[in-house]
This record gives sequence, C-alpha cells and structure tokens, in this order.
Amino acid sequence: MANNEIDDVSGVETTGHEWDGIKELNNPLPRWWLWTFYACIVWSIGYVIYYPAIPLIEGSTMGISGVTNRSLLHEELTRVEASKAGMVSQIDSTGLEDIRSNEELFRFAVAGGSSLYKVNCSQCHGSGAQGAPGYPNLNDDDWLWGGDLENIYLTIKHGVRNVEDDDARQSEMPVFGDDVLEPAQISDVTQYVLQLSSQEHDATAAKSGAAIFAENCAVCHGDDGKGGREFGAPNLADALSLYGNTTDTIAAQIAKPKHGVMPAWGLKLTEAEVKQLTVYVHSLGGGEQAATQ
Amino acid sequence: MASDTNVETFDAEAVNAQHNRELYAARQKIHPKRASGSFRSLKWVIMAVTLGIYYITPWLRWDRGEFAPDQAVLIDMASRRFYFFFIDIWPHEFFFVAGMLVMAGIGLFLVTSTVGRAWCGYTCPQTGWVDLFLVVERFFEGDRNARIKLDAAPWTSAKIVKRTSKHVVWLLIAVATGGAWIFYFADAPTLLKDFVTGNAAFVAYATVGVLTATTYVFGGLMREQVCTYMCPWPRIQAAMLDEHSLTVTYNDWRGEPRTRHAKKAIAAGEIVGDCVDCNACVAVCPMGIDIRDGQQLECITCALCIDACDGVMEKVGRDKGLISYSTLSTYNHNMALATGSASSAGIQPQLVRPEGKLAAGVQHFNWRNVIRVRTAIYTAIYAAIGLGLLAALLTRSHLDVNVLHDRNPQFVQLSDGSIRNGYQIKILNMRTEPRSFRITLDGLTGATLKLESSDLGQGADGTLDVKANQLRNVRAFVTLPKDAIATKTTDYAFKVVDTTSADTVTANVRFEAPTGTGQ
Repeated sequence: MANNEIDDVSGVETTGHEWDGIKELNNPLPRWWLWTFYACIVWSIGYVIYYPAIPLIEGSTMGISGVTNRSLLHEELTRVEASKAGMVSQIDSTGLEDIRSNEELFRFAVAGGSSLYKVNCSQCHGSGAQGAPGYPNLNDDDWLWGGDLENIYLTIKHGVRNVEDDDARQSEMPVFGDDVLEPAQISDVTQYVLQLSSQEHDATAAKSGAAIFAENCAVCHGDDGKGGREFGAPNLADALSLYGNTTDTIAAQIAKPKHGVMPAWGLKLTEAEVKQLTVYVHSLGGGEQAATQ
Repeated sequence: MASDTNVETFDAEAVNAQHNRELYAARQKIHPKRASGSFRSLKWVIMAVTLGIYYITPWLRWDRGEFAPDQAVLIDMASRRFYFFFIDIWPHEFFFVAGMLVMAGIGLFLVTSTVGRAWCGYTCPQTGWVDLFLVVERFFEGDRNARIKLDAAPWTSAKIVKRTSKHVVWLLIAVATGGAWIFYFADAPTLLKDFVTGNAAFVAYATVGVLTATTYVFGGLMREQVCTYMCPWPRIQAAMLDEHSLTVTYNDWRGEPRTRHAKKAIAAGEIVGDCVDCNACVAVCPMGIDIRDGQQLECITCALCIDACDGVMEKVGRDKGLISYSTLSTYNHNMALATGSASSAGIQPQLVRPEGKLAAGVQHFNWRNVIRVRTAIYTAIYAAIGLGLLAALLTRSHLDVNVLHDRNPQFVQLSDGSIRNGYQIKILNMRTEPRSFRITLDGLTGATLKLESSDLGQGADGTLDVKANQLRNVRAFVTLPKDAIATKTTDYAFKVVDTTSADTVTANVRFEAPTGTGQ
C-alpha cells in the first residue's frame, strides 16, 4: 500500500501495480467525477426508499411509491381503454349496418376487430383468416351460416355446436357409413358430389348416386346440392369445401362426418368487441349484403 | 550530505511537485474590449440578419388555402409535414432535407478552403449570442477596464444592481431565444397565446426551459469554452485548411521585433518591427488568445484583432494590415522577403518596407487565389446536388400511389372457382385541396375491381374522394374468373386518375393464382 515511487515522466506517484513494465499512475479522481459518484450514492439511497428495490424470498420491498412495471402497464392499459371509451360506447349503441356506413366507426371497428381476431380467432382460422381443412376460410364468399353482418354476428356471439351457449348454431350430419348406406352407395354419392362441383367423375356411378342423394341428402343440402344455410349445410356445388373435395375426403365425410365446434364468443367478449369482430370479418372480402335490403 | 561536497544548488521548484499539482485549471475570465472597424461593422450586420431570421421567421405567413396551415416555415410533427414557403414536404420526401444537409457539408468545405473559419467567426449561433450578451454586459458594466475593476470590487449595492440587471437581461434574451424555437413547430400566434396562458403542451415548456438554460449558460457563462472544449467544428474546420485558405494572421515578417519604445530603439540603431506591442489585439479577443503566437485552435477568426490593430497602425502612421486575413503561401513569400538571403539573420522588416511603406514585392491577398482545383470541385459538387434537388422539386408529382399486395393469404379462391387478390391502396394527395380519383385496372383482362367499403367517401360514379393534404388507405379486391387465369403470376397495374386534372399515377402490381392451368 504505502508506495512512494514517483513516475519519472509524469511526476505522479504510482500504485505499485506493474504489468510487463507498465505501471499504473495513482492520479486522484477528477473532482467532477468524484462528486458525480457521491451524487449517485445519494440518489441510490433515495431510489431504494422510493421504488421497489430489494428482492426478498417472495417478491421484494415495495418502496413508498409502490410503482412497479406491472402497475405502470396497468395504468397505461387503463389510459388506452379510457381513450377508446367514447368510440367503444358508440359501437355499443350503433347497429351493425350503421357502423359499416359510418367511415370513422368502420375504421375503428376494423382496426379493433383485426387485433381481437389475432388474439382470439387466429389459432383456428389462421393469421390471415385463410382457414385450414375443417376451419372455414373467412376471406372467401362461401358461408355455412350466412355472410351478412347479422349472421356473422350471431355465429361469433353464440358459436357453433358448443354446449356453453343455448343459442349456439346446432346441426349434425348423420353418420351414413354405419348402417344407412352401403359402401357402394357411398361411393356413388361421392361421384355425384364430384359432378355437382364440376370435377372429374364417373358418370354412371354419379347417375345412381343422384338418386341416393335425392333420398338422403337433398333434405339438408338442397335438391341442387347448393346447401342450406338455416342448417349450416354446405354448398356442395361450388369449388370450395371445408374438409376437401377429393374422392377420398368426400367419401370419408359421408361415411363418418366430422363436425367443427366454435366457442360462443359472446360469453367471453363484450358486445362491442363482438361487433368489431363482425365488421372486421365482414370486411375481409366475402361480406354479403343483408337479404332484406 | 550535500553540504559536504562542492555541488551547485539551484533555486528551482518542480512545476509538477506533488503539493503543487493542479488537476483542473480554473477558467480565467476574459474581458473582451469593444472593437470598432470594418469587420466589427460587418459582424453587427451579420448578427442582426441572422438573429432577425431566427426570431422573425416563424411569424411569417404564407397562404396555402383553407386545408393547410398558413405559417411560412412550419415543422408539423403531429401530421408529419414540413412547410417551407411554397414547398411542402411529406416524410417520404425527406431526401430533400438530406440533400440540403449534404449541401451544407460541401458548402462548409468550400467556405473553409477559401475564407477559413468564417462560419465560426461570423455566423455560428454561439458567436452571435456571445456577441449579443457582451453588448448587454458592456451596457451595464462598462468596457473592459471597468469590468475588470468591477470584478475586483467588493459587493456594494451598485455592483449588485449592475450584476443583477445584466443577468436579468441575459435571461430575458435566453427565454426569447428558447421561446422562438418552439414556434417553428406549431402555429406561432396560437402557441404564443397558449404558452402565455399556461395551456401549451408540457414539451413546449420543457423545450423553452432547456434552450433558455443552454443559451444563458453557453452565451453568458461558458462563452469561449464552448468553442474550445465542446465543439468539434474547430478540429474539423482546421483540417480543411490549406496553404491558400484565408486565416487571421499576424504578419510577423513586418511586425517583429516588436517594441514599445520604437523611437529610442531606432535611435540606438536597433532593428524595429511595426508591432508597438500595445496588446490591443489581445484586449479585444473574445477567445482570450494572442494572435501573435500564430494560428491556433482557439481562434474563431472573428477578425476583431484586425480592426483593433488597423486602428493602432493608422494612429502611428504605418500601413494597415499588420494583422490581416492572409494565406499561408502569401505569408511564406513575404517572410522569405523579410529574412532576405541570410535567413539565419532573423526578420529584417526594413527589407519589406524600405521607405516606411510596404515594398512592391510584398504579396497581398489576391481574389484569383480563390479559384483552385479544390474549390472548383467543391463548387461543382455543390451545384450538382443543388440542381438535382431543384429538378426533383420542380418535377415532383403531387399524387403518389402505393399498392401493397396482401401477403396472407396471397390469393383466395371463391365458390365459383375464380381467384381473388387483395390489395391495400394508399393514395397520397399532396395538394392542399380535396381531390377525387378514379381507379382502373390496366393489363388484367377479364378482372373486376371492388373497393372495400365502396359506399364510404365515394361518389356515385365510383370515384374516390381524398381529403386535402391527406393520405387515404383503401382495400381493393381484384377477382379474375377461373377461365381467365393463364399464368401463376400476372403483372399488371393500377391506374389512379385525378378526375379533374387528369393527373395519372400507375402502380405496378402482380396477380397471384394457385396454378396457371386456367382450370
């Protein structure tokens, strides 16, 4: 410690530490630096008293301010909610058609619906609402339960085939493969469905399939196979199908149909949120005008 | 032990002795004396013009119609516009600002290579405000000698009054300076009213507070230390100088050897230079240097020492220009002249002024020296960028259209087998009047276009209204029937036409389909 060696060049005392002939000069700290350092110590004492600082076994000291990142986030969220409150209450009290025809409300609903969609819907329907086998594509113009604002709203609010909501859309296609239809009959109907959607098919089989179709399927899917939205029966005569439109997937769906389930979002989301989602989904490109208008 | 031997001792003390070691040299106050002369007059004019521009500009009005602000120069952060008289710049046109910054850089090179650190001495805000603060200081406390006396004087009530008044006026100037800044960012009359009544945004008060503090501290208290210690400019500018750049120069080839007793020295047959060692150049220097030490980093080339010295030279009946703007090459020429053939003999001023007046062989600054390869290149680059920006400004369109193809999903198959692509169309109406546009497809046979929310803000004939000075974002769906799809991707264009002026912008886009079979 006590080392009085003076460096020849600078005339400054050294610390006595030496590395490969290089010695450390024992210059005192600059005054401004020292005072900054002391100021930091004083500051840190105040900081520890004011803010949560010292970790404990569970949690930490809370400080007299009680300000945490979590509380700040909560404050910010409250602030954002408050800033949106005016628009949200307007959405709440405005009919769907009127939201759509008011430019300001429409933009707000689409933006809000878009973020609600990403949080709640994209898990099944995909990030671009493009769907997947079994999960409808929301961009196209093929709707199982109807594509006007009111029907989209009902589907989102009550869901499909769930048990939580009594108003959920319910429909179930019978299992034809158990004892209703013979495998050969299923094969014929499959050919007829292929014919309906203008695909390559066996004309003879399709002809006998047509009779089976009229007897077993037309009651829901319609005589022309264009489906029935009141039962959620898909249109079989178009280019789109939920579970695939190859021979195998059609036959499988007839023999032992799969049924998708959608939650009732009205139980989880607010009325305004369901409305925003409705307007958003309607704006994706396939939205229809209400039949009455 | 030493006393025993016959060793000589010295009356010396180590400068860096431990008890004597200063880690920080406190600033010694500079008391610049008032100078007068042609350069001082020029500096008053430049100071008035530059400060005038700064304080007055935000209050100039410029009529842009009812849809845009009428402030001539306005940086509108909130709506992201920059207005400059007849020019208004959108964020995507920021290259104009970048280009002007490049021009400012090249301009600095040009100015420095010709007239040296003219920026520092005449137009730098630091120099301008220090000058202004010095005027105030001189008004309340008197000139150099009075101020030195006042500094040393005890704190009498008279001193307190003088000091307080000085600082109050300084603070008022500082507030006005900081205050003027914020008016560039909002409508000046409205902001002034809000500011005074306490209704302005917090950021306005914070900005004024910070700028008031910096103006007061930099202009009043720190002064030359800002230039010497904080500013990178002196280092950069000094590196730009060459032997043909003008710098403020003490012409020691005629000034040395200096003496205060010229008559006595001449009578004694000594060689006498023009410098009478009156220290006038030192007294007026705001940087606290002695220009006779040669060119130095601290010198901002404000030329006040030239004014001071010229006054003295006139009084003693010598040629002006003992301190002058001079280039290194001129200086070297004259120095060679003054030292004659035997350079070891030192400076012999009589060689350059044989009959009291400067000899014909003495070189003076020649304006033709300004034109050199280096300055010509700087001028050419400066002009090229300037003309390029001007051309871009004159030919720029006031309508811009950006079209973004949906990435997810890239295409959607519809129930009749046709394929639909989605786009975001952004129409930028850069005029300060509302316009309406018609969108058509160009080069996609058989396709139909549908604008989402087509009943919103759209005329009966399918035109699209865009507000003045605004951007409009529209969703567009383009559908191609199954049979019309020839290839997997098809290039075509959106054509956006102004319905009144027929201004047209074409945006090239692509139509994506799952396959190109046409099936």
